[in-house]
Amino acid sequence: MTAATRGTAGAGSRTEGPLLLGVRHHGPGSARAVRAALDAAQPRVLLVEGPPEADGLVELAAEDGMRPPVALLAHVVDEPGRSAFWPLAEFSPEWVAIRWAVRRGVPVRFMDLPAAHTLALGREEPGDGTEAAPGAPGLAGAPESAEAAEGSVRIDPLGALAEAAGYDDPERWWEDVVEHRAGGDDAYAPFEALGDAMGALRETYGSGGHDRDLLREAYMRLQVRAAQREFGAADVAVVCGAWHVPALRQKTSVSADRALLKGLPKVKVDMTWVPWTHRRLSRHSGYGAGIDSPGWYGHLFGAPDRPVERWLTKVARLLREEDRIVSSAHVIEAVRLADTLAVMRGRPLPGLTETMDAVRAVLCEGSDVPLALVHDRLVVGDVLGEVPESAPAVPLQRDLTRAQRRLRLKPEALEREVELDLRKDTDAARSRLLHRLRLLGVAWGEPVASRGSTGTFRETWRLRWEPELSVRVAEAGVWGTTVLGAATAKAAADAAEAPALADVTALAERCLLAELPEALPVVMRVLADRAALDADVGHLAQALPALVRSMRYGDVRGTDTGALGEVARGLAERVFVGLPPACAGLDADAAAAMRGHIDAVHVAVGLLGDLSVRGEGDGPGGADPDDGDTGWGGRSRWARVLRGLVEGERVAGAVRGRCARLLMDDGSLEEGEAARFMRLALSPGTEPAEAAAWIEGFVGGGAGGGMLLVHDERLLGLVDQWLTRVSGDAFVDVLPLLRRTFAAYEPGVRRTLGELVRRGPGRPGAAPSASGTPGFAADLDRDRADAVLPMLGLLLGLGDHLADGPAEKSGAGGAGPTGRGAAGQDGAVDGGAGRNGNWLVGAA
Amino acid sequence: MSVSVENAGSAGSAGPAAVAAQAPDAPGGTEAAEETAQALRPHAEDAFAAELAALAAHDDRPRPARWLLSPWAVATYLLGGTLPDGTVITPKYVGPRRIVEVAVTTLATDRALLLLGVPGTAKTWVSEHLAAAVSGDSTLLVQGTAGTPEEAIRYGWNYAQLLAHGPSRDALVPSPVMRAMSEGMTARVEELTRIPADVQDTLITILSEKTLPIPELGQEVQAVRGFNLIATANDRDRGVNDLSSALRRRFNTVVLPLPESADAEVDIVSRRVDQIGRSLDLPAGPEGIDEIRRVVTVFRELRAGVTADGRTKVKSPSGTLSTAEAISVVTNGLALAAHFGDGVLRPGDVAAGILGAVVRDPAADRVIWQEYLEAVVRERDGWKDFYRACREVSA
Repeated sequence: MTAATRGTAGAGSRTEGPLLLGVRHHGPGSARAVRAALDAAQPRVLLVEGPPEADGLVELAAEDGMRPPVALLAHVVDEPGRSAFWPLAEFSPEWVAIRWAVRRGVPVRFMDLPAAHTLALGREEPGDGTEAAPGAPGLAGAPESAEAAEGSVRIDPLGALAEAAGYDDPERWWEDVVEHRAGGDDAYAPFEALGDAMGALRETYGSGGHDRDLLREAYMRLQVRAAQREFGAADVAVVCGAWHVPALRQKTSVSADRALLKGLPKVKVDMTWVPWTHRRLSRHSGYGAGIDSPGWYGHLFGAPDRPVERWLTKVARLLREEDRIVSSAHVIEAVRLADTLAVMRGRPLPGLTETMDAVRAVLCEGSDVPLALVHDRLVVGDVLGEVPESAPAVPLQRDLTRAQRRLRLKPEALEREVELDLRKDTDAARSRLLHRLRLLGVAWGEPVASRGSTGTFRETWRLRWEPELSVRVAEAGVWGTTVLGAATAKAAADAAEAPALADVTALAERCLLAELPEALPVVMRVLADRAALDADVGHLAQALPALVRSMRYGDVRGTDTGALGEVARGLAERVFVGLPPACAGLDADAAAAMRGHIDAVHVAVGLLGDLSVRGEGDGPGGADPDDGDTGWGGRSRWARVLRGLVEGERVAGAVRGRCARLLMDDGSLEEGEAARFMRLALSPGTEPAEAAAWIEGFVGGGAGGGMLLVHDERLLGLVDQWLTRVSGDAFVDVLPLLRRTFAAYEPGVRRTLGELVRRGPGRPGAAPSASGTPGFAADLDRDRADAVLPMLGLLLGLGDHLADGPAEKSGAGGAGPTGRGAAGQDGAVDGGAGRNGNWLVGAA
Repeated sequence: MSVSVENAGSAGSAGPAAVAAQAPDAPGGTEAAEETAQALRPHAEDAFAAELAALAAHDDRPRPARWLLSPWAVATYLLGGTLPDGTVITPKYVGPRRIVEVAVTTLATDRALLLLGVPGTAKTWVSEHLAAAVSGDSTLLVQGTAGTPEEAIRYGWNYAQLLAHGPSRDALVPSPVMRAMSEGMTARVEELTRIPADVQDTLITILSEKTLPIPELGQEVQAVRGFNLIATANDRDRGVNDLSSALRRRFNTVVLPLPESADAEVDIVSRRVDQIGRSLDLPAGPEGIDEIRRVVTVFRELRAGVTADGRTKVKSPSGTLSTAEAISVVTNGLALAAHFGDGVLRPGDVAAGILGAVVRDPAADRVIWQEYLEAVVRERDGWKDFYRACREVSA
């Protein structure tokens, strides 16, 4: 390592050795310096840190269709999932150097370890990281391997230098020392100083834990030597991470370098250019290049002069577009504050921190909300790169082609329909592929309603391959290299941008259909967040049924729906809490909508209870001591919510009636309680319109309501009595509502009701017979009841069990979801409950 | 009569000189400190006179006109540090360095400074210490209320003088702002948004033209270099007497945040509760700390709109839920436990207090609170007692 100091100390002097331009990847200051140095040196060949496989693609950089940010993408030929990216932004020194060379016809060669080795090594030692170069990894740092994970302990060379200079933030130190330096006279000076500093660092730290760097540097040295032999030492320019400069200055023997590189594993690799975005350059996203502020760097690089003034003007324009009042006077004050802050902090020029502090204090009135907008739109930025058409096909296309071949699903321009039986593996895989493509915006197949069977295991698709779909596939290449990976990334991104809660639920459903297990948690998280912040119970109530439906799909397809269930239960809890206040003071239309929501939630809660019981033996709700039913205690809480609504003072009649009906159907009402509620709702003190709405809520909506009145004469009597008491004027008002309620009944029901009324069912004051439901005889007709038992036993799969004990009438309290109707009415299930499935447990 | 009493009472011109004069001889300083110790609450420039003097002695950086210290020294005074001679400067404000730097820089650029924040975020404290460090006088203060008249900001009249001798400068009673202008000092306006809008707007001319016309005399008072103004306003008062955009434009705004980490806040709360509790002779057992931590957690989570583990979002209620409120909830709970319980702070003792702090708007906040209870508290390990207690008082 001592060689670093004696090596070619005068790297910039044009007398000896190659021109070594050590840079910080994605540093705008470095980019300017590189341009100046190249202009001054006019080398005849340029070596750039990057995979040599890309040598053939470098000419594309000069084409018109090429607009940074772009990335070089290398992937293993048969496994597009194993890939690596070398992102390049407009302000990347490497990009600047490549453009400089290509424009002048100077040959460009990439000199890093070939991707063939990098990707092969990546497989052998997973977890080998990304950050091999000083500051930002990137073109030179080990590539942004998709498989690579952070975590290895390494020294951060910039951090060490910054600490030595008394800075706590290495980025800031670099900005002050290098990026903000005004160009001096000597174009090579910055590189020399930096190279020396790095030399000192590497004397102390060696490879600094970047073990693969030794291989890479050996390869680079060989490449530099080859270039020197061909063009002469003085005409070679090298652009690489500053970290590598000392290693390239080092004198080693060719044979030693060769020996190091011997026997490296190798895979077959394809390269291409892909479009990139600023957002992906920033540290926060998956393939991040490690720079927080690509937008700011782009500005620094692009602005001809007065960068701070121009930047703040840009910010002001953005804020104005968002309808905030920002005048030129504001900008002036912001510039003054930023300048003074820089002086106060002892910096040569205001950096991003100072300008953003000034923006916050002057332009945003101290608020972080507009500041977040500025950060998102300007500091990171929305820039999207472009790649010319002539660039080789993206791996996503190849992955798709392979999948199409494997699943025998040819892309044809002719429209055709295919029926998929999801119980078969191939068909299930086809369905997944089509669903994933739909998520990616490649509308090859459209789902159509299945003919005949409506089972959840059958799907019908209409397939048609349009030529422009190939373009769509190419565009979708931004999201990943395989259909699965791309669809996962797209779904996660979509979830973050989805405007409404219902959109997120729909997306969750699509994720399940497309089987994207990795996207689902992200979507669920977004869903939970949206649900938590959504104040409209209606939205929540809309989202819940779709979610529960998705759970059932997942069930059919054997997906793990644990996360889904958790979110669905959380959503249900929020509905329980939010529903009562939301039902107060509604007008007729709103009440009708709310009634629909309550119905939907009721069904969903029932299903959810079933799924929870089946899915996990004891849910978290088991902790609640008040709960009667097993697992999730949601159903009993829902019953309490409904009861609260029935008794609520300011709740609309339709809603109250509906809730009473739901409770009654579930068997949650005590004997005679339904009648009490009805009497209360129809008592003279209630507005006739309100009472009519209650009736509609209670007995309206389909055949079941009418049958209820047919069978429970006491309820019919109450309705009859109320109706006869309504005054003439009020009667005209409530007539349309009543008509709507009763007109929905089937003709048979209407006729029976009419007959009952004519016969005079109303003995409303009379006490109901001691033991029975009104409309039934006082005592049980044992013979007739016994006659039913064998068939019932058969239906329930209980054998002769039921015949053992005589059926007894019992209050059917807390019946299971399917335990209502026959079983609940009959009350004859006690004996078999323990033996049969848990859906009967509630009736015991 | 000692220096410090004059200091507080007489015109501010004596202030900076007095502090500077005190600096060299230590005995005089301690004497003054003893005198000010008699006051229930001494002014910042008196309480920390020694630190200010030490800072001034070591300060070799350029100072803006009429500043007693350079901006760097002012920042050090607020944030704390150690001087080359070993003098320890105690931190006056514990919080992000960025905020203090922006505030001091703003004062150095002749722009007025507006400190915003929810109640209990040390706005007044910071403004007092800034004024003390910059001008050596934190008493040029206008307290904003709904009844603050224009005279409090501009000038009033001594009516006896006025009737006897007619309008003259002698009959004029200058406001603190006017004095600060004529002497190049830092003026302070507390609770700016409580002041009626028409009175607020008298500040516009002062801040933009740096002059205060006296039409009765055909004269004006021009601000001397060094004049600046620090205003504080309550975040939650937004919309009461909102600043006109013309006035707002004259200010650089700095928002003082709530404590950043839960541990820091638990520390603040328990220390403060301890102080209050001692004066009330209330014992705080080791279990009390758990309850304090719980109160702070609930407050922080509701305030931030997200649980501490960052996994679940929750809605934020309309109350401020400041650290100060957490302190009062815990103090209340301690009093309950001491007088009506077994002396140990239990979930039941704080539940009612929390409910009262969270549910300010009976309709919306109650739903938010119940949602929080069901979605977050119910599921949390070891919080069952607390959940039960909250359910009990919420029902």
